[in-house]
Amino acid sequence: MLSQLRTMWLVLKHTFTKADTVEYPEQKPYLAPRYRGRIVLTREPDGQERCVACNLCAVACPVDCIALQQTVDDDGRKRAEFFRINFSRCILCGFCEEACPTYAIQLTPDVELAEYDRQSLVYEKHHLLIDGVGKYPDYSFYQQSGISIKNKDKGQGSQEKPPIDVKSLMP
Amino acid sequence: MHDTWLKLFEISIILGLLIPSAAMLVWVERRLIGIWQDRLGPNRVGPFGILQSFADLIKILGKEDWVPPFSDKLVFIVAPVIGAVCVLMSFAVIPFSPNIGVADLNIGLLFFLAMASLAVYSVVLAGWASNSKYALLGGMRAAAQTVSYEVFMGLSLMGVVLLSGSFNLREIVLSQQSGWFIQTQFVGFIVFFIAGIAESHRLPFDLPEAETELTAGFHTEYSGLKFALFFLGEYLGVMLISCMSVVLFFGGWLMPEPLASWLPAIVWYLLKVSVLVMVFILLRTSLPRPRFDQLLLFGWKYMLPLALVNLLVTAVLALTEVI
Repeated sequence: MLSQLRTMWLVLKHTFTKADTVEYPEQKPYLAPRYRGRIVLTREPDGQERCVACNLCAVACPVDCIALQQTVDDDGRKRAEFFRINFSRCILCGFCEEACPTYAIQLTPDVELAEYDRQSLVYEKHHLLIDGVGKYPDYSFYQQSGISIKNKDKGQGSQEKPPIDVKSLMP
Repeated sequence: MHDTWLKLFEISIILGLLIPSAAMLVWVERRLIGIWQDRLGPNRVGPFGILQSFADLIKILGKEDWVPPFSDKLVFIVAPVIGAVCVLMSFAVIPFSPNIGVADLNIGLLFFLAMASLAVYSVVLAGWASNSKYALLGGMRAAAQTVSYEVFMGLSLMGVVLLSGSFNLREIVLSQQSGWFIQTQFVGFIVFFIAGIAESHRLPFDLPEAETELTAGFHTEYSGLKFALFFLGEYLGVMLISCMSVVLFFGGWLMPEPLASWLPAIVWYLLKVSVLVMVFILLRTSLPRPRFDQLLLFGWKYMLPLALVNLLVTAVLALTEVI
C-alpha cells in the first residue's frame, strides 16, 4: 500500500519535469552520425565508385531488398551495372553495411523515407550514389588490395609490397 | 407550469454542460497522462489540442455502427444506453450549488447507490449480448467486481449518513458547515473512493475491460456511436464519483469563510471536483492493475471489514457525542 502511494507521488513529481519528446515535424530530434537510416553508396577519395558489386550485401540482406549486377569496366575496375534497393522492403538493419568489404554501402542518419507512391521507394544506382566518402574518408579499396587495375599494378598500392615470384628459388 | 419549464431548462443546461465536459475529460486525461509520462499529449487540434475530443467524435461518427450478426441484437443495442442513462440519472440528485441541482430527493444517496447498481446491467448485458468470449469474460468480471464493491460502497457512506442524519444530499452538504466529513470520515472516504474506482471500472480496477488480457472486455464487439456511449458512461462515471465524494466528504460547495466569498459556490464546487478527477487520472497513470482474485480478495478481506469498523466506530463516537 505504501509503495503504491510512493508510486503516485513519484509520478506526480513528473508534473514539473520537461517532456522528453520533441514536436517532430517542426523540431527535428538529433540523430547520431551512425544512425541507421537511408542507405547510400559512397565514393573513394578520388571520386571513383567504391562498390565492386560483390553481392555480399544482397546476400546478407534479410529481406532481400538489394539487387545488383557486376560488370568489369575497361580500366579493370569492377562496378555495379545496376544497383537497386527497394526501401519499401528495407528494414534498415545495417547488415549490408557490415557485410560490405569496400565500405561502399553505408547507412545515413536520414529517416524521412515517406512517399505517396510505393514505386518511388525503389532507389536505383544513381539515386543511391553520393559524391562523398561517407564515414571512412581515406579508404580506397583498390589502393589497399592487390588487384591490378588501369594505372595501378599489383604491388603499387599504398600498403603493398611488390609481388614475390614464388616459383623462383632466390631468397 | 412555469416551474416545470424552468426545471426543464435547468436539466438541459446541466445535460448540455455535462456531456461536453465528459468529452473534454478525455482530452484532459490524455494531456495529464502525457505530462506525467514526460510526453506532451495531444496538442495539435485547436489551441493546446483542446478540440481533440471533437475530432475524435467526428471520427467515431464516421465509423461503421456494426451490430454483430451473432449477437443478441436488442440487448446489444440497449446495453450502452443503460450505462450512459444510469450515470446521467445519478447526476439528477447532485447539488451543484445552493440553488443549482435537478432534484432534491429525500433519499438522494440511496438513489445514487441504486443507479450505480443499475449501471452494472449495462456491462453485464453488453458482455452477454456480444456473444463473444472476451466480452463474456469482461461481463463476468464486471458482475463479480461490482457486486463485491457495491457492498462496502454503501457501507462506507453510512458513516456520513450517521453524522448528518439525512439521506438528502443537500442536507448532507449543509451539515458540513462546521467541518467537512473528511476530517471524521477519512477511512470512509478512502473506502468510498476505492469502491468508486471499481464501480466506474477505471484503472487500476479496469479488469472488465483490461485491454492487455481481454482486448477490450465487455465492449470488444462495440464500435461507432455505441462504443462512444460506453466511453461517455465511463467518463461521466469518473465525474460522478468525484462529484459524490465532494458532496459527501469535502463539503460540496461550502468553503471556509475567507475563501468562500472570493468565488461563487458553484466554482468552488467545480474546483474540488476537478482536483478529485485529477486524482483519478493520477491513479490511472501510476498504478498497475491487480490480478482478478487479488481484486476480490482486497474487496472482501480488507475493504469490507474496514468499512464495517469505520461504521461501528463512527456510531459509537456519534452516540457518545464525541463528534
